[in-house]
Amino acid sequence: MSNEIKIRKGANIKLKGVAENLYFNPVSVSEIVLTPSDFPTLIPKLSVKVGDKVKAGTALFYNKENEQVLFTSPVSGVVSEIVRAEKRRIVNVKVKADGENLFESFTQADPSTLTKEVIIENLLKSGVWPFIRQRPFDVIANPSVQPKAIFISAFDSAPLAPDYGFVAHGQDEIFQYGLNALVKLTDGKVHLNISGDENAESVFANAKNVQINKFTGPHPAGNVGIQAHHISPVNKGEVIWVLKALDVLIIGKLFKEGKFDASRTIAVVGSKVKSPKYIKTIIGANISDIIKGNVEDGGRYISGNPLTGTQITENGNLCFYDYQLTVIPEGGNNQFFGWIAPGFDKFSLSRTFFSWLTPNKVYDLNTNKNGEERAFVMTGEYEKVFPMNIYPVYLVKAMITQDIDNMEKLGIYEVAPEDFALCEYGCTSKIETQKIVREALNLVKKECS
Amino acid sequence: MKALEKFMQKIKPKADGKFPLGHAVWDGMYTFLFVPGHTNNNGVHIRDGIDLKRTMIMVVLALVPALLFGIYNVGHQHFLAIGQVALGDHVCNMFMDKFIYGAIQVLPLVIVSYAVGLGVEFIFAAINKHAIQEGFLVSGMLIPLIMPVGVPLWMVAVATIFAVVIGKEVFGGTGMNVLNVALVTRAFLFFAYPTKMSGDQVWISLGGEKAIDGFSGATPLGKAVQGGVDAIPSLMDSIIGFIPGSIGETSVIAIGIGGLFLIFTGIGSLRIMLSMFVGGFLMGSVFNAVGGNPYLEVPAIHQLMLGGFAFGAVFMATDPVTASQTSTGKIIYGLFIGIMAMLIRVANPAYPEGVMLAILLGNVFAPLIDNIVVSANIKKRLKRLKTA
Repeated sequence: MSNEIKIRKGANIKLKGVAENLYFNPVSVSEIVLTPSDFPTLIPKLSVKVGDKVKAGTALFYNKENEQVLFTSPVSGVVSEIVRAEKRRIVNVKVKADGENLFESFTQADPSTLTKEVIIENLLKSGVWPFIRQRPFDVIANPSVQPKAIFISAFDSAPLAPDYGFVAHGQDEIFQYGLNALVKLTDGKVHLNISGDENAESVFANAKNVQINKFTGPHPAGNVGIQAHHISPVNKGEVIWVLKALDVLIIGKLFKEGKFDASRTIAVVGSKVKSPKYIKTIIGANISDIIKGNVEDGGRYISGNPLTGTQITENGNLCFYDYQLTVIPEGGNNQFFGWIAPGFDKFSLSRTFFSWLTPNKVYDLNTNKNGEERAFVMTGEYEKVFPMNIYPVYLVKAMITQDIDNMEKLGIYEVAPEDFALCEYGCTSKIETQKIVREALNLVKKECS
Repeated sequence: MKALEKFMQKIKPKADGKFPLGHAVWDGMYTFLFVPGHTNNNGVHIRDGIDLKRTMIMVVLALVPALLFGIYNVGHQHFLAIGQVALGDHVCNMFMDKFIYGAIQVLPLVIVSYAVGLGVEFIFAAINKHAIQEGFLVSGMLIPLIMPVGVPLWMVAVATIFAVVIGKEVFGGTGMNVLNVALVTRAFLFFAYPTKMSGDQVWISLGGEKAIDGFSGATPLGKAVQGGVDAIPSLMDSIIGFIPGSIGETSVIAIGIGGLFLIFTGIGSLRIMLSMFVGGFLMGSVFNAVGGNPYLEVPAIHQLMLGGFAFGAVFMATDPVTASQTSTGKIIYGLFIGIMAMLIRVANPAYPEGVMLAILLGNVFAPLIDNIVVSANIKKRLKRLKTA
């Protein structure tokens, strides 16, 4: 049985440079970087020193607040550098790959035959646990808490997002292994949310032991938080766990093969990429080998999509959760009388640009802010692209004033920064909404624990 | 463009230098000429093309039909009053003369309003060391359009200073004000200089000449409260707008063009406009049903076309800062203003123009309305917790 849920609010931003369903020739990964700031609120403690030999699956650092949660090396090699900032804060840990592909070994069995405790232990030890995140607060799940349900989004609706179906194609057995593990972790349901807009990939549509829900509608329909809101919203005191379907594959591989296989397929997209395609690489891989010869100059490199991704340098590394490398033109030019120009090349959620004449046009947007930051003036803009029964502007204002009581009342437990990405995109006053949301979540988490 | 940009960069005064006002003015000019090429550094990497300047300019564009019609109507009424054209003549008779005369009367009001208002904004920007906020771009155009043409320029200047300082800047500037700035200007004049804001002398610009015998320059509503209901122009005349009144308020057609533009671009709230008309119509219908005197019996639909009702609904009530912010709240807010406007207009002979007061009242109540709507949402969430 599958539920069908229609998301009505939102918007699809059509950008140039969607990946073709083809692969680049794989490039060998010489160095990977694990960055603690990919995990909000994490305080890392090192388990290794520079020069240590590690295998794939050897812990590099762990969570100070919850020492069971390990972050392990995606490759085998040598710890080459530990970069620190002021107060000896760890910026990142670099591992030089030795090409030997040695793996730590973990429990290898069909999870449906294992107990919950063994499964959690295996996930924690192997460093796969951080893929399971939770609402509230959009942080790594706490293994000692019982979630009321687990939600898996099997599609990404963000601009230029990879096609999960294409990436997961043919991995039915591994995916089912992953689901079997997750089913054991909750007394509630495991919801697999697939896209109803296109014929869903059989890997997802034929999954067993889970509740399948179909979502149709524009972005952010693929955001797992939005999906959870429409199925079983998070109330105060409740916890749900959320994952991307592609992360379930990593869990599946752990139980199928008994090792932490950190290889993943990412989409290399954006108007600055010469021929956008997919490539097989590893978590935290350095992008310089990937982009060599494939990308034009003058682009901004983003690990993730253009709405929620992280800006990295051309020598930077992919972030832990991202399945997408986006390269779009860097802005920075003043626009002469930009506020009155017809703007055929600008995509707007309002109809103040002539681009409304061409609803199917594909845009090549750059990173210009197109204005200056102002106080909130316009109303109804956030609501238009925020498909939750929450008043987003009131919530954001409570966040700005650090009014925890009101944040709680207005629904902070259900939201993640990514849910506000379109609000931020369309904001006339150019307010940095996602940053405000992230800081507020950190604050509430700190105050409530 | 490049040369201009270079020149502007060359003359840039220092922000913390001796003349902070100089920097504020420069910054205002520079960002007016060029949308600065700032890039996104936190959060989203791409941004919508729209910004506050563009939004405000769109509203100003929407006001242009009302302004042009207002200018022409000022000329039309002038020549009507001094007897150079008669009531039965074609309205396009002496077209250019009317237009030029109107422009000479109206444009100084526009210039004074902008010069004074922006001056105050620049000073506050310099004191507070922030950039010029665009809110006054719209207010500056609204102010002349809701004035009677006979208002002295110095009064407009005083009222504008009052409105920008007390109505807006003391609350923190654009986006923070409680009351609509343009309406504060009008309310200030209305209560401080009532003789210049009502009666039958101020709506027509005579230009020093003598009005012909029997010509009355009172607005239809002004006459109506004095019992002259017969003087109310026909429904068609009040829609087209060749009647005495504030400069921009008379033509429902010109306002409608602007209104459609605002709705289409998504800047003006259709909810507020529509619900305000519905509220006014309901209240008008109630008066019709009660009846008793001729004024109460003016058809409800006709009432909506008179005075500043349409202008208020399209341009004043929809000000996003002072209106309700929630979708449900906008409907309640619109209904409230519509009902109050009719009530004040018809029931209180001292204020023939109730729309201004009704909107100001609506502005005051808007946060309360929103609070009720948001509280309902909060209650729903709490209930979910209990039943879960």
